[in-house]
Amino acid sequence: MATEIIIHDQKDNVGVVVIEKINPKQECTCWIMENDSSTNIQSKDEIPLGHKIAMNDLNEGDTILKYGHDIGKVVKPIKKGEHVHVHNVKTKKW
Amino acid sequence: MEIPKSFLGYKRENGRAGTRNHVIILPVDDISNACAEAVSNNIKGTIALPHSYGRLQFGADLELHFRTMIGTGSNPNVAAVIVIGIEPKWTKKIVDGIAKTGKPVEGFHIERTGDIGTVMKASKKAQEFVMWASEKQREECPISDLWISVKCGESDTTSGLASNPTVGNLMDKLEPLGVHLCFGETSELTGAEKVCATRGATKEASDKFMRTWSAYNDFILKEATDDLSESQPTAGNIAGGLTTIEEKAFGNFQKIGNCKFVDVLEPAEEPKKGKGLYFMDTSSAAAECVTLQAAAGFNIHLFPTGQGNIVGNPIEPVVKLTANPLTAKSMSEHVDCDVSKILSREMNLSEAGDKLIETTLRVANGRLTCAEALGHKEFVMTKLYRSA
Repeated sequence: MATEIIIHDQKDNVGVVVIEKINPKQECTCWIMENDSSTNIQSKDEIPLGHKIAMNDLNEGDTILKYGHDIGKVVKPIKKGEHVHVHNVKTKKW
Repeated sequence: MEIPKSFLGYKRENGRAGTRNHVIILPVDDISNACAEAVSNNIKGTIALPHSYGRLQFGADLELHFRTMIGTGSNPNVAAVIVIGIEPKWTKKIVDGIAKTGKPVEGFHIERTGDIGTVMKASKKAQEFVMWASEKQREECPISDLWISVKCGESDTTSGLASNPTVGNLMDKLEPLGVHLCFGETSELTGAEKVCATRGATKEASDKFMRTWSAYNDFILKEATDDLSESQPTAGNIAGGLTTIEEKAFGNFQKIGNCKFVDVLEPAEEPKKGKGLYFMDTSSAAAECVTLQAAAGFNIHLFPTGQGNIVGNPIEPVVKLTANPLTAKSMSEHVDCDVSKILSREMNLSEAGDKLIETTLRVANGRLTCAEALGHKEFVMTKLYRSA
């Protein structure tokens, strides 16, 4: 089955693009590795290989979960399907 | 897959086994590099290990220098060693340390002789050593003679998704067979340090890990002018989709699979608690980390990369794997094991782990790694602080 996005853990609110890129408004199949289940999402942005997509709407101050763990905080509101990266998420360390 | 129970290695005097049979010319200090390189140029089949330090160091920094030098010479991938230093005392200290393994080693100092006389004397000995070593044959060795170190580099999200878990899968399969394993990268566990601490096999190991990580973090907080966001993650990591150090750390951490670490090692410290997984306090810079692990006696290295790190080491073969299909295609001459089919779900993690075990054993048996074929011999000493 074609998979455009892989999600590590059921709890995660981001997924990783695993094809060369996804385009705005593309219907994507997501595979959740932890429990071998699937879900779908429509992208809002063009997102390249290895970059993250928001699986939910996220507000400033929210925690990003990946591998089921805290990997940083949201510093600019993010809509479901948008690109998640250094422009809207920062480390909680340092 | 049935995992082979043995590989073909070089049995050494002290009971260890090597995957390689190098004769090395080891300079004690920066100013002896020219001599060491001249000897390796004279005598074919030897390699010089030039580096930048070894003068006016003191305290823990000097101890680390000696530990790295002696450990490198003592590594079972090394058949024999020529040590060249400017002064007799430190040269002898390194020769005596390596001699404990029982392997042939001889030291030369340059003072009162000069480069040309030293090159002549050392070349004669190096010729004798390399011709002796050339008759060594590979013999069947139990797989438990493999000491496998790991470190990832130029990571991206494909590292955490697939190539690092592939290494973790290999660890889960080989640990019960009695191999030694080692991971490091103190800085790149930041964000995952509490989870990592829970993976100590004993409370003592967990506490030691937290002390080691905290000492590192205190140093960062003291020296950092702003934050490390320009260095950690690196520009390459960010281009590959990694956003924060925490994300990088949890990806990094996938390399140890479900294994627990039995002890925490100082940089370049040889493990002493038997088989199993060890954590070593190392820099996360690729060449520094691999140099320290090789000096601790590890004889084969696994290096998952996302965007395409190209590092090698002069004595420890570095096996590269990647799950990034673009890297596998655009930098194929650097990739020993391509596991990018995990992302397209044409390969599962266990199949990838088996493929990596197969590649690792072929390299242990003598197949050159990409980095060896391309001449990557990065030997980089870790320096703890400025010299006197």
